Amino acid sequence: MIPAPFEYVRAESVDHAVALLGEHGEDAKLVAGGHSLLPLMRLRLARPSVLVDVDRLDDLAYVREAGDQIEIGATTRMAEVAASEVLATHNPLVAHAAGHVGDPQVRHRGTFGGSVAHGDPASDPPTVLLALDAQMVVRGPAGERTVAARDFFKGLFETDLGPQDVLTAVRVPKLSTGTGWSYQKFHRRAIDWAIVGVAAVVERSNGSVARAAIGLTNMGLMPMRAEGVEAALAGAAAEPGALAAAAGHAPEGTSPPSDTNGSAEYRRELSKVLVRRALEEALAR
Amino acid sequence: MAQTAERVVGTEVRRKEDPELITGQARYSDDLAAPGMLWMKLVLSPFAHARITSVDVSPALQVPGVVAAFGGRDLAGEWAGPLPTAWPVTDDLKNPPMYPLATDEVRFQGEGVAVVLAESRAAAEDGAEAVVAEYDPLPVVLDMEEALKDGADLVHADLGTNASYTWTLTNGDVDAVFATAPVVVKERYVVQRQIPAAMEPRALLAEYAPAMGEYTLTTSTQIPHIVRVVLAAFVLGIPESKLRVRAPNVGGGFGSKIRVSPEESLALVLARRTGRPVKWTGDRSSDVLTTHHARDQIQEIELAADEDGRIRGYRTRLIANMGAYLLLVGPGVPLLGAFLFCGPYGGEAYHFECTGVFTNTTPTDAYRGAGRPEATYAIERAIDALARRVGRDPVEIRRMNFLPESDGPIPSPGGLTVDSGHYNGTLDKALELVGYEELRAEQRARRERGDAKQIGIGFSTYIEMCGLAPSRVLGSLKYAAGGWDAARIRVLPTGKVTAFVGVSPHGQGHATTFSQILSDDLGIPVDDIEVVHGDTALAPLGMDTYGSRSLSVGGVAVHRAADRIVEKARKIAAHELEVSEDDLEYVRGRFSVKGAPDRARTIPEVAFSAWTAHNLPEGVEPELDASAVYDPENFVYPYGAHICAVEVDTETGQVDVLRYAAVDDVGTIINPQIVDGQVAGGVIQGIAEALFEEAVYDENGDLLTSSLTNYEVPAASDVPSIRIDKTVTPSTTNELGVKGVGETGTIASPPAVINAVVDALSHLGVTEMARPATPERVWRAIQQAKGGAA
Ligand SMILES: Cc1cc2nc3c(=O)[nH]c(=O)nc-3n(C[C@H](O)[C@H](O)[C@H](O)COP(=O)(O)OP(=O)(O)OC[C@H]3O[C@@H](n4cnc5c(N)ncnc54)[C@H](O)[C@@H]3O)c2cc1C
Repeated sequence: MIPAPFEYVRAESVDHAVALLGEHGEDAKLVAGGHSLLPLMRLRLARPSVLVDVDRLDDLAYVREAGDQIEIGATTRMAEVAASEVLATHNPLVAHAAGHVGDPQVRHRGTFGGSVAHGDPASDPPTVLLALDAQMVVRGPAGERTVAARDFFKGLFETDLGPQDVLTAVRVPKLSTGTGWSYQKFHRRAIDWAIVGVAAVVERSNGSVARAAIGLTNMGLMPMRAEGVEAALAGAAAEPGALAAAAGHAPEGTSPPSDTNGSAEYRRELSKVLVRRALEEALAR
Repeated sequence: MAQTAERVVGTEVRRKEDPELITGQARYSDDLAAPGMLWMKLVLSPFAHARITSVDVSPALQVPGVVAAFGGRDLAGEWAGPLPTAWPVTDDLKNPPMYPLATDEVRFQGEGVAVVLAESRAAAEDGAEAVVAEYDPLPVVLDMEEALKDGADLVHADLGTNASYTWTLTNGDVDAVFATAPVVVKERYVVQRQIPAAMEPRALLAEYAPAMGEYTLTTSTQIPHIVRVVLAAFVLGIPESKLRVRAPNVGGGFGSKIRVSPEESLALVLARRTGRPVKWTGDRSSDVLTTHHARDQIQEIELAADEDGRIRGYRTRLIANMGAYLLLVGPGVPLLGAFLFCGPYGGEAYHFECTGVFTNTTPTDAYRGAGRPEATYAIERAIDALARRVGRDPVEIRRMNFLPESDGPIPSPGGLTVDSGHYNGTLDKALELVGYEELRAEQRARRERGDAKQIGIGFSTYIEMCGLAPSRVLGSLKYAAGGWDAARIRVLPTGKVTAFVGVSPHGQGHATTFSQILSDDLGIPVDDIEVVHGDTALAPLGMDTYGSRSLSVGGVAVHRAADRIVEKARKIAAHELEVSEDDLEYVRGRFSVKGAPDRARTIPEVAFSAWTAHNLPEGVEPELDASAVYDPENFVYPYGAHICAVEVDTETGQVDVLRYAAVDDVGTIINPQIVDGQVAGGVIQGIAEALFEEAVYDENGDLLTSSLTNYEVPAASDVPSIRIDKTVTPSTTNELGVKGVGETGTIASPPAVINAVVDALSHLGVTEMARPATPERVWRAIQQAKGGAA
C-alpha cells in the first residue's frame, strides 16, 4: 500500500504544468486531489515516475457564468461544485450529481477536473456532462482547444487528453426554465460508485417531450448516451406509458460490466427502471 | 474522605477510555517505534493452490534499504512446531500443519512465501515486490459440497480427504420424533463468508534483548495471554517466561484478533536473528487475505412439529468451511452454535451434526458471535418457514414455542441449562417499540395500492450462550484451555485502587465497567480506580477477551477479589475499633460499629493502616491486596426480541431498513450506555451481514472483494438509527446477575432482516432469500416468483 518510488514537482501555472509534462515525458502524470490516482499508485497499478501537481492552481478553482454557459474550473473541489449558487440557479443537475459523489472527504479533496480527466465510466460527473453536451477546455503544447463531451470520452479511462494536456475548465449550458433534469444514482452504500446511474435532461413543450438527453453511468467502457431512449422520446407524450416504453430502450447498445455489485443482465434491467424514474422526475421538476 | 454516596452500577458513567481515544493520544501498535527497528513485509501467494517451484529473494537484497530477506525454507528450522489449533474437536480431526511461511505448497491466496526486512516501510514493500517466487498451479477447491464428494480435488493431498472432522450431538429419540411428527419442514440456508474488518488492521512490534534472551511482543491482539503460551511453547520453543506480550490500544477485533499469527511468529524470530526490533503493520490489502475470514456454512435444518406448529424436534446438518488450514479455534466455532439450533424454543429431541471442510480459501475462525449467529439464523428462518406451513403468524408461532418462563435454570432441547428467561417480555416490548400495528397497517395499504416499494417486518427471538466458559465444559468439548479468569485488586496507601485483570479489552470499556463494580464494592470513586490489562508482565494470568466473557467471567473475578479486600479490611477495622468482626456493618467502603455508627473505618483508612503495618491484628499480612480466579459453573444466556422493518424496492431489489427495534435481556446492567453501544454496534454489524458483506472468490480462488471498495462494509449513512430497550432478568449463573452483551446484536439481527425481506415480498410468492440480500439477489427472487427469467 505504498506507491513505487516517484518524483514530485509542483506546477506554478497551467503553462508550467504543460512544460513539466513535456520535460518529463510519457511517465509523468498530473495529480490534482489524488483521489483516483493515489489509490492506483498505492496498489502499484499505476507507477508514474513523476507527479506534476496542479492541485494548488487556485486560479482554476471557480464556478462562474460565461454568457449562456457556466464555466467550472478544473481544480474546483467536488464539494464546491455541489454547493455552488451559480449552478443551483442555472444548472442544478451538475451540483446535484457532484453532491452524490463518494463521501464528504472525497468531495473535499477530489476535483471536478480530476474526475472528468480520469475517464472512469462508473463516475457520475462524466455522464452528466455527456447528457448536457458540455465542452471541455484543454490547454496543451499547441495552445488551447475545446472538446465536446461526445468526443472527449473515448474508452475505459481514456479521454481526448494527450500526455501533455491539462484540462482547465468545463462549460455546461444554463438550463432553460422549461427544462427538467434528474440524476438517478443506484448504489448500495452512500460512498459507492453507481452500479448504474442515469442523467436526464428533458425539455418540455405542451405536455410532450421536445427533446431529451439521457446519459448512462457504468453501462459500458465509457459514459454513454441512451440514443434509443432519446429517439423514442422525441415528441412523445409526457405520460407514464410513453415514458416507460421509451425507457425500455435504455440498454440498447450498452455493454455493462458484471462484477460483485451486479451482473450485466441486472444492470440492463436496472437501466430501464432508472431511466423511467429519471424521466418522471425530470418532467415533474 | 473518599467515599461515594450513591451506587454507580446501573448508571451512565462516562467511559474513562474515551478522552485519549477522541483526542488522538491513544497509542496503537502502529504508533510504536523502537530505536533501530526494521520494517517487515511478507510476500503473499497470488495463487489459491500451487506448488512453489522457487523463491528467489536475492533481487530484494539489491533494493536500497533492504536488510534481509528469507523464503519459507530459509526459516524452516526456526519453528518448534506449526501454528497450532487449540480446539481439536474430535479425536480423529485432520489438522494439517500450517507454518508461518509456506515451503512447498501454497493453499490459499495470501499465504506467505517470503519475508523482507528493511530500514523503512517503503523499502520493505519495494523489496517484497522484487522477490521472485515461481509457482506451478494446482487444482483449486472452492465449493464445500463438491469438496466432500469422492474423487474431489484435494486441498491437502496427503490427507486423502477434504473433510477435517464430523462432530455430532444427539438428545432424545430424534428419529422417532421425526417419524411420527405430522409436520416436518426442511430448509437449506447458506451463511456467506465474511471478512472481519476491524478499523485497525493487525500490527505489531517485536523486540529481543539478546543478553537476557527476552522477547517482547506488542501486538494488536485480543488474546495476549494465549498468544504468549502458544507462541512460546509451540511455535518458538522458548520458555514462556522469556516472552512478554502486550496488547496496547487495539482498534477493534470482533474475533479477528483471536489469532496466533504467522506475522507475530516471524517478527520474533527475525528480531532475534537480526538483533533489531521488527515492526509490521498490516494494510487493508493484505489484511483481507491474511486475517481470518468467518461464517461460511451450508446449513440444513429440519423441524418436526405438531399440526398446530408446536415444535417437537430439531435436526441440523452443517458443512462449515475451515478454509485451507485449521486456525486457533476455527474447528470449534460451529460447536459454539451447536446447542442453539433450537433457539429459545422447547421440544423433546435434538440432533446436530457438523462437518468441517478444507478449501483453498483464507482460513476461517471466530467472528463476533462465532457459531451463534449461524445457529440463530437457521432456527429463526426455519421457524418462519414452519409458521408459513401451518398458517400461523410469526409472533404466534414463537410465543407458542417459547421455553417456560423462569427466573431460574431450566433445560433446553439442545442440552443447555438456561439460567433464566422471560421471552414474552422482550417480545411484547419490542412489538410496542417498533410500532408493530402501525407497520402492518402500512404494509396492507402499500400492498393494496400495489406500490413499487413494499414493506416487510421480520422477527428474531434469539437466545445465546456466552460468558465463555465453564472449564469443565470446554474440557468435554476438547478445547485445550480453561475458561476461567482472574483479577487482582490492590488498594494503594492513599485509598486509590489498581485492578489488574486477565481479560484484554479492545474497545469494550472494561476499565469503566470494572471501575463501577469496584466503586460500589469498595466505596472508592470511579476516578480513583485504574484498571490494568493486556500485558502479560503485569496482569494476572488470564484467558483474554472474546465470547462476551469479560464481564460475566472477568468481572465476577473482579467482584470476588473485591470481596476478599473487604474480608481482610474487616479484620483490620475490627482490630482498630476494638470490636469483633461480627459487630461491624459494612456499607460500600465503610465499616461501622453496629449501634454506634460514628465509630467507623473506611477502606482508604484501612488501606493506609495495612500499608504502615504499625498495628495489624495477629496473623494479618501488610498490604490491602487480594486476588480471585473465577471459573463459571454455567454459561450465561442473553436473549431478546429484535424486530426489523424493511422497505424493498420491487423494481430494483434495493432494501432499506426502515426501523429496527432491539429489546434484549442481558441480566443486570452495569453501564447502560456501554450496553447500548454494544447493542447498536452489533445490530449494525448484523445488518451488514444480512444486506451488505460477502467475501467473493472467482473460480481460480482469487478474492474479488479484496478492498473496502467492493467488500461492502456499511458506513453510518447506510444504517438506520436503532430503537433499543431492555428487560432485566438477572442471570443465576453468577452473583452479579450479569449475562453478556458483546455479541447479542450480531447474533440476533441477520434473520430479523432477512425475514423482513421475505415478508415484504411474501404476497408475490417469495419464500426464500439468499444473503446478503443484495439488490440483484432480491430482484432475481422477485423475477423468479413472478415466473420470469432469472
Ligand atoms: C472512496 C471514494 C469514493 C468515490 N466515489 C465516487 C462516486 O461515487 N462517484 C464518482 O463519480 N466518483 C467517485 N470517486 C472518485 C472521485 O470523484 C475522484 O477520485 C476525484 O474526483 C478525482 O479528482 P482528483 O482531483 O482526486 O483526481 P486525481 O486523482 O488527482 O487525478 C485523476 C486523474 O486525472 C488526471 N488529472 C487530474 N487533474 C487533471 C487536469 N486538470 N487535467 C488533466 N488531467 C488531470 C490525473 O493525471 C489522473 O490521471 C470516489 C473516490 C474515492 C476515493
